[in-house]
Amino acid sequence: MPKDHGIGASSKRREDVRFLSGRGRYTDDMNLARQAYAVFLRAQVAHAKINKIDTTDAAAMPGVIRVFTAQDFSGVGGLPCGWQVTDRHGNAMLEPKHPILAEGKIRYVGEALAMIVAETEAQARDAAEAIVMDVEDLPAVVDMKAAAAGGTLVHDDIGSNLCYDWGFVEDNKAAVDEAFARADHVTTLELVNNRLAPNPMEPRVAIGDYDFSTDQHTLYTTSQNPHVIRLLMGAFVLGIPEHKLRVVAPDVGGGFGSKIFHYAEEAAVTFAAKELRRPVKWTSTRSEAFITDAHGRDHVTKIELALDKDGHFQAIRTETFANMGAYLSTFAPSVPTWLHGTLMAGNYKTPLIYVNVKAVFTNTVPVDAYRGAGRPEATFQLERVIDKAAREMGMDPVELRRKNFVQPDEFPYQTPVAVVYDTGNYQATMDKLLDIADVAGFEARRAESAEAGKLRGLGLNCYIEACGIAPSNLVGQLGARAGLYESATVRVNATGGIVVMTGSHSHGQGHETTFAQVIADMIGIAENQVEIVHGDTANTPMGMGTYGSRSLAVGGSAMVRAANKVINKAKKIAAHLLEASEADIELKDGAFSVAGTDKSVDWGSVCLAAYVPHNYPLEDLEPGLEETAFYDPSNFTYPAGAYACEVEVDPETGKVTICAFAAADDFGNVVNPMIVEGQVHGGLAQGIGQALLEGVSYDENGQLLSGSYMDYAMPRADDVPSYVVDHSCQTPCTHNPLGVKGCGEAGAIGSPPAVVNAVIDALHRGGITHVTHIDMPLTPGRVWSAIQG
Amino acid sequence: MYAFDFVKPSSIDGAAEALQEEEAMALGGGQTLIPSMKQRLAAPSVLVSLGGIAEMRGVCIADDGAVCIGGATPHAVVAAEAAASYPALAALAGGIGDPAVRNRGTIGGSLANNDPSACYPAAALGSGATIVTNTRKIAADDYFEGMFTTALEPGEIITEVRFPVPQAANYQKFLQPASRFALTGVFVAKYADGVRVAVTGASEGGVFRWSEAEAALSADFSPAAVEGLTVSPEGMIGDLHGTPAYRANLVKVLTKRAVAAAG
Amino acid sequence: MTKVSMTVNGRSMSGDIEGRTLLVDFLRQGLGLTGTHVGCDTSQCGACVVHVDGKAVKSCTVFAADVAGAEVTTIEGMGNPDGSLGVIQQAFQDHHGLQCGFCTPGMVMSAAALLAENPKPTEAEIRHYLEGNICRCTGYHNIVKAIMAASGQDVSAVAAE
Repeated sequence: MPKDHGIGASSKRREDVRFLSGRGRYTDDMNLARQAYAVFLRAQVAHAKINKIDTTDAAAMPGVIRVFTAQDFSGVGGLPCGWQVTDRHGNAMLEPKHPILAEGKIRYVGEALAMIVAETEAQARDAAEAIVMDVEDLPAVVDMKAAAAGGTLVHDDIGSNLCYDWGFVEDNKAAVDEAFARADHVTTLELVNNRLAPNPMEPRVAIGDYDFSTDQHTLYTTSQNPHVIRLLMGAFVLGIPEHKLRVVAPDVGGGFGSKIFHYAEEAAVTFAAKELRRPVKWTSTRSEAFITDAHGRDHVTKIELALDKDGHFQAIRTETFANMGAYLSTFAPSVPTWLHGTLMAGNYKTPLIYVNVKAVFTNTVPVDAYRGAGRPEATFQLERVIDKAAREMGMDPVELRRKNFVQPDEFPYQTPVAVVYDTGNYQATMDKLLDIADVAGFEARRAESAEAGKLRGLGLNCYIEACGIAPSNLVGQLGARAGLYESATVRVNATGGIVVMTGSHSHGQGHETTFAQVIADMIGIAENQVEIVHGDTANTPMGMGTYGSRSLAVGGSAMVRAANKVINKAKKIAAHLLEASEADIELKDGAFSVAGTDKSVDWGSVCLAAYVPHNYPLEDLEPGLEETAFYDPSNFTYPAGAYACEVEVDPETGKVTICAFAAADDFGNVVNPMIVEGQVHGGLAQGIGQALLEGVSYDENGQLLSGSYMDYAMPRADDVPSYVVDHSCQTPCTHNPLGVKGCGEAGAIGSPPAVVNAVIDALHRGGITHVTHIDMPLTPGRVWSAIQG
Repeated sequence: MYAFDFVKPSSIDGAAEALQEEEAMALGGGQTLIPSMKQRLAAPSVLVSLGGIAEMRGVCIADDGAVCIGGATPHAVVAAEAAASYPALAALAGGIGDPAVRNRGTIGGSLANNDPSACYPAAALGSGATIVTNTRKIAADDYFEGMFTTALEPGEIITEVRFPVPQAANYQKFLQPASRFALTGVFVAKYADGVRVAVTGASEGGVFRWSEAEAALSADFSPAAVEGLTVSPEGMIGDLHGTPAYRANLVKVLTKRAVAAAG
Repeated sequence: MTKVSMTVNGRSMSGDIEGRTLLVDFLRQGLGLTGTHVGCDTSQCGACVVHVDGKAVKSCTVFAADVAGAEVTTIEGMGNPDGSLGVIQQAFQDHHGLQCGFCTPGMVMSAAALLAENPKPTEAEIRHYLEGNICRCTGYHNIVKAIMAASGQDVSAVAAE
């Protein structure tokens, strides 16, 4: 019987009522009194020297209040990078300045050159066209390998396009090379992890406001982490102390990583609001989003897998070129390194691993974390090379994986790439997958497809991810310039209702519902007695943000810790009211009772006593019932699973149709199964999108070819199947109080290799055996060309 | 978007007069024009909506049996009202864009724009339709003059399109996955005096007739008749979504499928 | 500036517009009906879908002046008279057919148009009809389920859970 309340119940989402009735409050829905509008003049060439930006005519246009250029920002800092990678030789990465508006040079199409503030958006747009640019075009640096080799520099002052050359684990390199030298079999695969545009459906918006009378700045922005923006923008860019800067991220229409980062527009409108003493609003168009929101992925990799004659993995060696784009976005350096290299062990016992990553500057939009961030890149190359090895060695791909799994009795498992998996059961998720995907019935379905002239294939793979990021002391050693804890305040009101203020932010994940379920369960009260507040630095405690599938594992744990403090204090109050010893007080179903007696007092009465302390141990206990806690996890969490995809390929057109997709995940404990399944569905669609449809493409001049939905193919309802998902294999996380692991990224991490493995399988079963790999997205044209040979 | 004056005349004459203004442009359903205007790629001084002209809307059957569609008729109306009289045309109209686009976009707007990947040009050319304007009648064979180029004079309005109804016909559209325009689309129509095959989405010259296939199919209306033919990639569109060779392949595959489906 | 009038969610509304004022801007800025969203500028995402004279249209690709006098329905007009969620809206909540909520108003409006045309659509018909509505969060599975449920059909047919 499924639960209907609290942890484990599929409670319906309370936030849905406002979204479904058109009463959501997204940033663009807000308009402040006396608001002016900002429009950014953006670079139309990828690389050029700026001789002069003449704003004279623009400034005289109707409605124009002021035109800002880089000179206006000479007194403020550049956009900071939050992670410093140390290279193979012990040197710090190269870190160019990232100005608010372009200084001296244009470095990518879309870079902001000037900000026009006018009475209306149309007036600002008209004025932008009147700005006269005097620039000298430079050759664009687009190809990563060419960029790394030298030649034209994106940043002249740092002397190289190579941001870092990272080796992991550098000390293992010789042993890895030796293992390859003595291996019975080596499988090599060169592949591209395609560049993606995150595309949350809500484009970014920022409104800056300034109150002269209090010197108080406010930024309303579409962010996944308002506190992080306050810290970065306040401390590093504009020099505003936290108590004079409020950042509000109201309802946010999806993020997927792209709304983690601190963007130039946020600082620009906040700065302008103070200069002009008026609120300044900027709303991105979708076309603008394609050339300003940080892109994701964009790795070119060579992976080698060494095996013994029985198929046991001996070593893995990789070389990856990772695109940073023109500047370092907030967390960009961490993605191809610590979020990628540490996952190269996958679900397997490979004793020796060496990962080399060369991060490169190019004249393209900055690249940073996108759903999965580094872990999809690791999973894709690993699960593709294993499939290729199985085919080369004539082994069953499932059996080859099973043979190399970390076995259930081997946890905690120390990988050769720094991380320790606390728990897992990869055999169980594989068993579950084979069942829910009806692998046994595949041959019959294949025969049916063949009748219709279609090639059917089955692709399977595993994945593991490191989520719930992360222990601050560990990430600090790895180069993070911030902590990665979370905090929460649990405020109990006099009549027993509870408000939880969390530093985590919800932009689709449903925290308002699930966090309330946890609190209701802990205390034994109705979920509607609990309200969740998030998104405003003025009324929530410090939070490091929602990304890396960390909200429940880290933010939820902070909330549990704060709630436990509340409960402990409430027990003291109850003990006083019941004239019993605190040690004998039990909390169950919303009432405190004395163990072994029928004496009890309900939750509401205890809360009332805390705020109306007429009968209260004031000499021992403060009145009131409100606690704050911070939580810093001792390890990452490690969700894992096994995915299966069935496709049909039309050999005449190359079109791939996804017939079925099954996912067996181990997320540890699950608070709201309905929401967890929804998260998996969404991740699967993004992974299928990456595999079949999506790809950011630049020409050799650095012009974006996929700059709108006319050319960037977003998955539609008829591109994806109904999914079969299961999360019944549960090995609870051993180190957080809820035993949860995180589920937000799994679908996007695990699904691309399943799709590609399925297409290659379909071709081979159809007798087209010369195709061993096709780069994503597997568009009909690419598949057809591969078939042609 | 640049500023402009908006007018919505209720008669063809009124619209023609309004279009005499300097830099005036006609607005059909606007499903292509409005996005272009947002990008500031079009800058009319006066925008003349054709949506208020009752005589330009609707589907009827002429005395000679041709299906006549008013120039301002939305795709969704064609999909519904031509379903009985010309099913292949109705199916084509019902596959343009998406439901909301089909409720606004019009046949006249589509043909006047002549996007090289649009569906309607394939139907008009493949059916040997007549494009009727406020000043003359233009045979489809004389109307399409290359990508985004037609025989229309400035200010000329498509008031009606007349489609002779074939014995059998079918349209095969292979979707460009992002825009949902035709990556390639082939319209095959079998008339008493021969078969017409019109191809959209493939050629840099816009919609065209594949004459070798027409000859082969006029002799033998079966997929096998096309089997031996080859399509040259020369002059085909090459972009993110497909090479010229790929589009050439699609032309042949889709033609065979259209013939098979037309029966 | 000229004055435009139309009936929005059953009430007669009017306001000042320019020729270039899009219907979505009139609704959002002119009338404060911010439930209708703008997610793209090429007429593809469908976050802005409203009904004009009973037909689904993309309000970002229609000039307000072109629909003067029309009957317009937005997401704000889809609830029951007592303010509770209408059948389709309720089905979206029941089946978790939304996450961030940004595409949701357009999805609901398209779903309503579909069910008006085709009261008992199949799963394939639903998926095809939603071609003009992009959702980045849900993977569509639960949207399809919600529409199936709103049509009074058995949702277990959508997929094994």
